[in-house]
Amino acid sequence: MNRMTIRATPAAGAAILPCALDAVSFEAGGKPLIDRVSARLEAGPRTVVLGPNGAGKTTLLRLCHGLLRPSAGAVRWLGPGAGAAARRQAMVFQTPMMLRRSVAANVAYALAVRGLRGAARRMRVARALDRVGLAGAAARPARALSTSERQRLALARAWATEPEVLFLDEPTANLDPAATRAIETAIEAVARAGVKIVMTTHDLGQARRLADEVLFLHQGRLVERGPADAFFAGPRTAEAAAFLEGALTW
Amino acid sequence: MCVYAHIFQKLHIYGNFVQSTHEIALPIVPGAAMNELGEALLRAGAMITALDADLVEIVVLSLRVSLTAVALAAAIGLPVGAALALGRFPGRGIAVVLLNAMMGLPPVVVGLIVYLMLSRSGPFGVFGLLFTPAAMIVAQCLLVIPIIAALTRQVVEDLWEAYAEQLRSLGVGPARAVPTLLWDGRFTLVTAVLAGFGRAIAEVGAVMIVGGNIDHLTRVMTTAIALETSKGDLVLALALGAVLIALSLIVNGAAQVLRETARARAG
Repeated sequence: MNRMTIRATPAAGAAILPCALDAVSFEAGGKPLIDRVSARLEAGPRTVVLGPNGAGKTTLLRLCHGLLRPSAGAVRWLGPGAGAAARRQAMVFQTPMMLRRSVAANVAYALAVRGLRGAARRMRVARALDRVGLAGAAARPARALSTSERQRLALARAWATEPEVLFLDEPTANLDPAATRAIETAIEAVARAGVKIVMTTHDLGQARRLADEVLFLHQGRLVERGPADAFFAGPRTAEAAAFLEGALTW
Repeated sequence: MCVYAHIFQKLHIYGNFVQSTHEIALPIVPGAAMNELGEALLRAGAMITALDADLVEIVVLSLRVSLTAVALAAAIGLPVGAALALGRFPGRGIAVVLLNAMMGLPPVVVGLIVYLMLSRSGPFGVFGLLFTPAAMIVAQCLLVIPIIAALTRQVVEDLWEAYAEQLRSLGVGPARAVPTLLWDGRFTLVTAVLAGFGRAIAEVGAVMIVGGNIDHLTRVMTTAIALETSKGDLVLALALGAVLIALSLIVNGAAQVLRETARARAG
């Protein structure tokens, strides 16, 4: 099957988006990692969080996903289905954790947690693996996969749960160009299926390719946000300009 | 079979050699002891190779008691250890310290407590379990639970550190994480169970007190060794000692092979 043409089933249940960040702060050990960030994540545009190392990109994603509790402020899901917000989002980590079982069993586990069993689960597992090109590796031990295969499996596992929002934290860090392209293709397919993408990257090329809107973080503060085209064409803040320039020379 | 005989013959010769060298320096006592040891070793070897009925009966009972005790202890200790690793409740730190300390419980004390529980006047006296293999299983089980639980707690806690974010992201709560982490730690946890088995099969104090070392009924390898040694009959004692060590090697070796093949397949 050509995974470019597959459309995922429309997400079931009422929408949980938009997601509002109300002056969210997070500090660890007295050091503010995220400083009064306010933003709104709307359904639709692919959001890319940019910023130099240590700007708080990963922390912001974790706060949105509910893995961290804000020290101040709040993350609120505003859609009618907000009550089920936790079940309707998924995250792909920079270094995905694979359970010590087969590739297919890793996806099946995520579905079992959501109460899916039997033939329906097997079908979804097969489809998810097919979409990321891992159908042939279904029976292999997940821990034996290469870095890029693991990342694709993590994506398949997240996608299989049919989230409304998918967070991705540096999904292509440490990958070669070919593997990066494979992941990006898969991310585009997920987005086309109607899943809201919120991802971090330090790869500006990737940001240009994938972003519809940009959140630019600097030292834990949201310095600039806006449509990707406008951001890359002419950043409004000195920090963003310096970041783009520095990244270009690098 | 003949290999054993050959080995024991060699040991016998070695014994004689030692004897002759010692005779020069210390003419009487040590030489006699070494000779007796060599003799005993040889006869012990013959006893093992001939599958002596008494020997086999004792070995089989030992395995039955200890394997059952370890199976029960694993069924209890693995989930308890994992729950302690994931649970967050007041007094958890004290519970962990207590559990770790209980790994070193003196078998005779456990034996004594089980004895009091099972004796006619004790709370479980009505079951009439004292001086039966069941009482020995209970005692060994109590000895082994802390070992398995404490080691499991450590293994699962380390795993949880690595898995927590991913599992929480998937919507996995602590109750579901327990079996998940136990399964993912299975290759390491085999070692915890083996440590428990080592403890059970080798301890003498608890089974002696609650089993009573009754011939053909509750006599296991360790109690038999203690008895035969005190009687001065070293042959059966040595034979049992050799079997005990061999069993330990076989069980650990088998577990190692099993673990390596399973790990190769599961990644």
